[in-house]
Amino acid sequence: MYAVNEWAFIGVFFAIAWVFPVLPIAASWFFSPRKPNAVKQSTYECGVETVGDTWVQFKVQYYIYALVFLVFDVEMVFLFPWAVAYRQLDWFAFAAGFLFIFLLVDALIYAWRKGALEWM
Amino acid sequence: METQCIDIVNTLAACLVAGGADPNLANFLSILMGVVLVATLPLVTVILLIWVERKVAARIQDRIGPNRVGPYGLLQPVADALKMLTKEDITPAGADRFIYNLAPIIAFAMIILMWAVIPFSPVHVGADLSIGILYFIALGSIGTVKVMVGGWSSNNKYALLGAFRTIALLLSYEVPLILALLVPVLMTGTMSLQDITFAQGGMWFIVTAPLAALIFLIANQAETGRAPFDLIEAESELIAGYNIEYSGFKFGMFMAGEFLHVFTVAVLFSVLFLGGWWGPGVEQAPALGFIYLGAKTALVYLALLWVRNTLPRFRVDQVMALNWKVMVPGAIAVLLAQALALRVIDALGLTPVRGGFVESLPQTVILLGVNLVLVFLFLNQVRRQGRRQRAADLAVVGETRPVVSVPAGD
Repeated sequence: MYAVNEWAFIGVFFAIAWVFPVLPIAASWFFSPRKPNAVKQSTYECGVETVGDTWVQFKVQYYIYALVFLVFDVEMVFLFPWAVAYRQLDWFAFAAGFLFIFLLVDALIYAWRKGALEWM
Repeated sequence: METQCIDIVNTLAACLVAGGADPNLANFLSILMGVVLVATLPLVTVILLIWVERKVAARIQDRIGPNRVGPYGLLQPVADALKMLTKEDITPAGADRFIYNLAPIIAFAMIILMWAVIPFSPVHVGADLSIGILYFIALGSIGTVKVMVGGWSSNNKYALLGAFRTIALLLSYEVPLILALLVPVLMTGTMSLQDITFAQGGMWFIVTAPLAALIFLIANQAETGRAPFDLIEAESELIAGYNIEYSGFKFGMFMAGEFLHVFTVAVLFSVLFLGGWWGPGVEQAPALGFIYLGAKTALVYLALLWVRNTLPRFRVDQVMALNWKVMVPGAIAVLLAQALALRVIDALGLTPVRGGFVESLPQTVILLGVNLVLVFLFLNQVRRQGRRQRAADLAVVGETRPVVSVPAGD
């Protein structure tokens, strides 16, 4: 009963939280003037016409950072159960957790050596 | 488990049932009341925050700040809101309308949602989730989505560039942030924010885990996109970054969301490391918790504003290097050291059982010592690195520079 109530609270909160940002935006839609014209709606680029497609290809560097992040993020989520139980763990589970973290460090060193962490 | 109707605020459901209402409806109504109360708190705060932010920034820059509207300019945020309300809302041509409009809504809603799990006092907490910290991390990750969505959909090259850069920054700094959050979890064995606060009765975690606290604070300064990590809206390079095409209240939502995010981070820092609602007499009068938590949060918030207004902006490569080569290895080292120290403490039988100040003193001393050793090792490493760098610089120049440069006489 207790735990269900907590999650029900989160559920209701998720349903209601949208109202707060939507309300003022809707109100401003009601109050604000609407006089669109082509110049006003053109893409802002310091007064110059945008050349070519906006959605261009971008540097692969961003992608590599995202990959490194993914490795870390996924592995760190696995660490949370270990951390919660940490003070009751036996030595085997304790060592397993440390081994896991050392694998994480290994991944970091590998990415570092490969130059994935250099901004080019 | 039947709760008794003691007073109308804390046991609303029980009171409604006692008054003859359907139990399910009563439950729902009490939850609804709680949600509205918790959600109103950040909304009221944000109005004040805009004023505080501008006033503090002005004072640091030797200006007066808003002082015309209302006493001490206190009504300035209201005037701002009214003005934003009547501004024309321009959607750039070629924008992806649906997600363009969605981004500011996500930006604000996700910050409000974070307040659901914050314990304000021993008895006042929105939802005491058993995975409160994971909930916070999950909502923090949505911050990346709002930037990506906003930057991509506005059909603007500056916005897109700003979004890419921001995503790289936010993703990177999430790693040390989560690693630092693991430390309080290690020490308490729970992810519930309320339980973590209770565990700080003996000693605040800022003393027993100061390095984790520092990493948490720095990573969060980056997550919120504040100086010195404000590459997100580097005005001189990217004009404004991902929110360049937004106007009116949609832009306002991004700004309000940012202010509120910083404040929320300050609240979380107080809860996780400064003992949350702990203070003298809080066990007798739980409502005092609001005041203690508010005071601690205000201190942290002002410190964050101070940092924001005094430090210059990093370069992109510097930000990335600082994260991946200093913060992430540092956070892992802190995690390992803290875990080992806790193991030793448990093996020696020094674990505080009840968590009084005197009882947790041995643990505090050991953990503080471990942290100090880490600081020493880190500074040593920095010094060696610097010495090596200087030697390399000298090798390039090919000659030794004079220690004291003497101006040439004539």
